[in-house]
Amino acid sequence: MTKKLLLVLLILALYAAHQDFWNWRQAEPMIFGFLPVGLAYHAAYSIAAAALMAVLVKTAWPQELEERDKSSK
Amino acid sequence: MIPVVVILAYLALIAFIGSVAFKKNREDTEDFFLASRSVGSLVFFLSLFATNMTAFAILGSSGQAYRQGIGIYGLMASSSCLVIPLTIFFIGTRLWALGKKFGYQTQVAFFRERWECNHIGTVIFALSAAMLVPYMIISIMGGGTVLANLSTSSATHQPLIPYAWGCAVVAVVVTLNVFLGGMRGTVWVNVLQTTLFLCFGAVAVAVISSQLPFGFSHYMHDLAANEKTRFLVTRERMPPQAFWSYTLIPLSSIMFPHMAIMCFSARRVSAFKQTVVAYPIAILAIWLPCVFLGVLGLAALGKIPDPDGVLLLMLQKYAPAWLAGVLGAGIISAVMGSDAHQVLALSTMFTKDVFAHYGGHEKFGERRSVHFARGFIVVVTVIAYLVALSLREKQGIFEIAVRYAFSGFAAMAPVMVAALFWRRSTKWGALAATLFVAAFLVWTALMQTSHKPGDVLWQLGQGQEAIRVFFLNPRGDVAFWNGFMTVAPMVAGSALCLIIFSLLTKPPSKTTIDKYFSVSSESPSQYVH
Repeated sequence: MTKKLLLVLLILALYAAHQDFWNWRQAEPMIFGFLPVGLAYHAAYSIAAAALMAVLVKTAWPQELEERDKSSK
Repeated sequence: MIPVVVILAYLALIAFIGSVAFKKNREDTEDFFLASRSVGSLVFFLSLFATNMTAFAILGSSGQAYRQGIGIYGLMASSSCLVIPLTIFFIGTRLWALGKKFGYQTQVAFFRERWECNHIGTVIFALSAAMLVPYMIISIMGGGTVLANLSTSSATHQPLIPYAWGCAVVAVVVTLNVFLGGMRGTVWVNVLQTTLFLCFGAVAVAVISSQLPFGFSHYMHDLAANEKTRFLVTRERMPPQAFWSYTLIPLSSIMFPHMAIMCFSARRVSAFKQTVVAYPIAILAIWLPCVFLGVLGLAALGKIPDPDGVLLLMLQKYAPAWLAGVLGAGIISAVMGSDAHQVLALSTMFTKDVFAHYGGHEKFGERRSVHFARGFIVVVTVIAYLVALSLREKQGIFEIAVRYAFSGFAAMAPVMVAALFWRRSTKWGALAATLFVAAFLVWTALMQTSHKPGDVLWQLGQGQEAIRVFFLNPRGDVAFWNGFMTVAPMVAGSALCLIIFSLLTKPPSKTTIDKYFSVSSESPSQYVH
């Protein structure tokens, strides 16, 4: 139950982090010298989304679907 | 000339792959529409991605970035990085399991059995098909435009492949591929297509950066230093309400029939594991370079008449001709990958949800059903081609229709969620939500054509304290409340209709509910409560 709650909170936190109002009017710092901070933030956000999905696959995968798939072979 | 030769060679290869797949086909609908549910993990990921990404991901994203700046990435791409994999994880896997267990090939087939309904399923089919058709037409239009632009000679300014021929080439190649190969031919081609357009961004950035007179840093700092262009490297002109509203749009992804049907085709549920993790990275690989180059385009090229062509112009100016051809093939890949799935999905839906459901299958059998599907593919592509030719100047209308189709499919997501996870949901709830979405779309279209930007459609109160509930924003789109996009009230309204009408009406029989939710029957929905 706690694990489920933590995962839900993690998803909600990442969803909320999409609305990065603190970067709204800023171009600087330019990350790597040429990526405006707002763009670099959302690029990093995409990587964070992949990491979140990896966590979900590891900890919340509907294992039963897989087992039923194997048993139907 | 060289880019045209490279692209034509690529198109011939695609038609060839379709013909090879044809030899592997069995003459039954499960094989034709779903490749006998045998698609392996890597091919599944590449195909699902190709299904979802259109030419907009490359050309539209850079064009929009040229107009509106870097915010386009957060607006359209990074929200998809989170929401699309989540819907594939929670909904796609369950759809796959239901398809495997009960033999479903379309979403509507599942809805019909889940809610013990017949014609309500047909209403959902009709709305889905109506929202998918403009998308298909615009894919062909996009293909024609891209081929014409890529083949335009810098000396004569005339295209080697005129628009009409470009549309025809795309339509014929897609038809051949789908007609001959069905889902198998389509996914095989997707492997090549997705690989090509995944490489597109990185190669384009590398080539263009090596040819620019100054470094990226120089152009970006210039844009930031100039008051007139600073908005391109910030989001100061992007309303936060619209930015948030866009996070709801990717809910549409899993509701697009071609995406849901792809989910039925995986061999194993484990194929979804790699897919959901790789998906955000693949979006990043395509969108980040395109958005960046779109913004850079203004600094490097200055004002251009057609911003959607910014990337093509940069390629023509900074890339060698043969590479421009390969990269052009990458763009055409994005056009055709999704177009082929749209055509196949329409054919699957029409054959299974209408033809077979209303007696065609019983009367004519499996083999004839496949013939019917193939005939449908030819007819629908010919119609789409004719529309693309005759209404070229009305492309804007189709673009608007596609924009609203995204909102419409997103607003249908509560129907799918309820079918999978809410046992108390009923067919009347589903019907109410579907009709609400259809009515809202029609109303929006009417308002948009009969009013001008700034007009208030509905307000609460009077004078300065009046609250504008619905109005037309400066772009001419219907907006909600403080500038939210209509997708927000549509999703909320659809969910509300579904809940209210479900609670007011009789639930499906216990047998049906047990079929989908009983723990003992290992229902696909039992894991989420």
